[in-house]
Amino acid sequence: MLALMPLAAARASMTRHNRREFKTWLFADGVRSVDRRTALRLFGVAAVFGGVTQVVPRTLRTALAQTPTAQTNELPLRARTRQWTMIIDLRSCDGCQSIGLPPQCTTACIEGHFTPDPMQWIEVFEHELPGDGTRFIPTPCQQCQNPPCVNVCPVAATFSTPEGPVLIDQDRCIGCRICMAACPYDRRFFNWGDPPVPPEALLADYDLELQVPARKGTVMKCDFCPDMVRSGTLPYCIQGCPHSAIYYGDLEEDYATNGRELVSISRFLANNDGFRLKEELGTQPRVFYIPGHGEEVGRDPTNTGFLPIRWPWTRLAEGSARWDR
Amino acid sequence: MSTWREELEEATLEPARTTTRNYYLVIGVLLAVIAWALYAYFVQLRDGLVVTGMSDRISWGLYITMFVFFIGISHAGTLISAILRVANATWRTPVTRMAEFITAVALMTGALFVIVDLGRPDRFLHVLIYGRWQSPIVWDVTAVTIYLTASLLYLYLPMIPDLAFFRDRLKGQVAGWKSSLYRILAINWKGTDGQKQQLHSSISIMMILIIPIAVSVHTVVSWIFAMTLREAWNSAIFGFFFVAGAIFSGIASLIIMMALLRRVYRLENFLTLQHFRYLGFLMAAMAGVMLYANISEYVTAGFKFEEGSEFIFRQLFVAEFAPYFWFYLIGGLIFPIVLMSIRRMRSIGGIVTAAVFVAVAMWVERYFIVVTGLRAPLLPYEPANYAPTWVEWSITAGGFAFFALLVTLFVKIFPIMAVYEIVEEREGQETSHRAYEAEIASSGSLTQ
Repeated sequence: MLALMPLAAARASMTRHNRREFKTWLFADGVRSVDRRTALRLFGVAAVFGGVTQVVPRTLRTALAQTPTAQTNELPLRARTRQWTMIIDLRSCDGCQSIGLPPQCTTACIEGHFTPDPMQWIEVFEHELPGDGTRFIPTPCQQCQNPPCVNVCPVAATFSTPEGPVLIDQDRCIGCRICMAACPYDRRFFNWGDPPVPPEALLADYDLELQVPARKGTVMKCDFCPDMVRSGTLPYCIQGCPHSAIYYGDLEEDYATNGRELVSISRFLANNDGFRLKEELGTQPRVFYIPGHGEEVGRDPTNTGFLPIRWPWTRLAEGSARWDR
Repeated sequence: MSTWREELEEATLEPARTTTRNYYLVIGVLLAVIAWALYAYFVQLRDGLVVTGMSDRISWGLYITMFVFFIGISHAGTLISAILRVANATWRTPVTRMAEFITAVALMTGALFVIVDLGRPDRFLHVLIYGRWQSPIVWDVTAVTIYLTASLLYLYLPMIPDLAFFRDRLKGQVAGWKSSLYRILAINWKGTDGQKQQLHSSISIMMILIIPIAVSVHTVVSWIFAMTLREAWNSAIFGFFFVAGAIFSGIASLIIMMALLRRVYRLENFLTLQHFRYLGFLMAAMAGVMLYANISEYVTAGFKFEEGSEFIFRQLFVAEFAPYFWFYLIGGLIFPIVLMSIRRMRSIGGIVTAAVFVAVAMWVERYFIVVTGLRAPLLPYEPANYAPTWVEWSITAGGFAFFALLVTLFVKIFPIMAVYEIVEEREGQETSHRAYEAEIASSGSLTQ
């Protein structure tokens, strides 16, 4: 359209004499000049073209659409929508210093999700405390309710689900990595090379809730294990935590559990000064923290450092690559 | 017909008529570089982006730098031929065509680097199938596509009379396909009054349209960065800053290209010192604008020094990126201003030197904007480092070679200068000059 505008405008400003000349100029020898019928026909073609530009993307979209995941279809009518949430009690987190192992939440997540090396979907960071010493903050994807990554994705490959978790469709992701630039928690990871896939995952059908098998050139991250909680199991990181520091629950029902005890989320957060990471950014995370430095499990804040994370399962995958730099 | 006109016509026809051995040599070298880059890209496609230096924490690098840089220098054409046309600066006519070449070719090169950067280039069409208007990437794809269409049209419209001139003058002297190309593209231009009128109104509409399009393009390019929650990019001035930088680097690349073409095709009579001076002054003025934008940016952030600012300032001013930053500030912004204010340095050599500094500095600036913004840690971890690999350098070199190749081919096939416009303007000047003299004479006779 843009291309035609100057010519059209130029035509409008012409005298009749000029107009005839314009026709002969444009439709010189051998090309018929435009009469009314041809003009109408051209309009018809334009209309069809306009229709096609509308219809084709829609058809393509329908043809290429993923079959919707079972989750939304199987919900009974008028059922409550779960609002998955996580609370990490930092009073009970010592970075697994007391058991002399690398952080077990990360290790369990790596084992359970076949996370490629060096991805740590839940990563333990060591924050410095005012005064002296440090505290450990296990950091999964914060499952923001105003997610910057979803806002910038050009193809809606990453999206918010009704239950809260932000998921990624690795069959749609184009690998532009703007979501990684946008995430203020650095919780997105890229399959820079051919991701290692263990034999047991090789034959599996791709599932965006499992992110298995991993796809080269796409983004991955913590998915909040929606498949596991639906079947009544707690996520790997919670199962792996030796001090039961991580709670998982439903904001809608206001209950969360670490596998040992049940707490009321609102009371638990209010009584223990719950906070969220980078609250000031307005991302509305679904991961809450209770302040602490491992005092419940007897950690001295000046006892710093933890053992490095390992990816033992990648030995299973033939020709596995790593891109740690 | 006056001699200057013949001379101008000969100079414009010359590149299309004769081909030297050096020409094939240049084409050969450029093709070799491109072939090497294609091999590097093949390696990247085969193994994934793991062959680049990028990592999860610095996830953009040279490719995005090249994208921003080339979209930036594409603003040369808009400035020279649209803004200066609107301002009625008549000296611009001999350089317009070259500026418009740069625009079209730089846009093609820049757009290519977006695809090179993708982890899944095979899914590029997803942007059209599933595109969501909320995403800055989609704004970019839209803006660049519109700008490319508009600038190709804006390159083509004023070229119609010149193509007709080629069609008439080169008949039988060039290959058959070239003759047919000129005949088809000249769309039966005969130079009648009606045609001239249509052409002028079309050009007028395009020159107004293309200015907001060009401004929007580099604004949304900057918004790829400014729309993220990264402190170094969190700036309202970013859009303006990128547009100013785009025009700045566009002028610099135009000066360099003018100097090269002037030497190769002996255009000394048409691209005079005066043209270089005017462009040099424009470049110095834009350097002033850039300095102002930098001061606004760093003083407002540095005065408050919010949490996280320290890291950004440290890596830019004193630590890892300090050599790049100070080179950009002193070599790219202050040096051209100083050079242009010394009368003795306002020779073609001096101006081209300044332009080379500006072009390199602007490339470096794009690089450190991308990398420093990503490098600032978001959580307590050691900042990552980024070093481009041979694959990235090869593809980058291939990008420059692709740009140079397209320019070389364009210049070879299409009229290098806007003959029609130069003639028209010069004749217009002479006519008005004669009219003025006649008026003086008659009024003189009246007063006597």
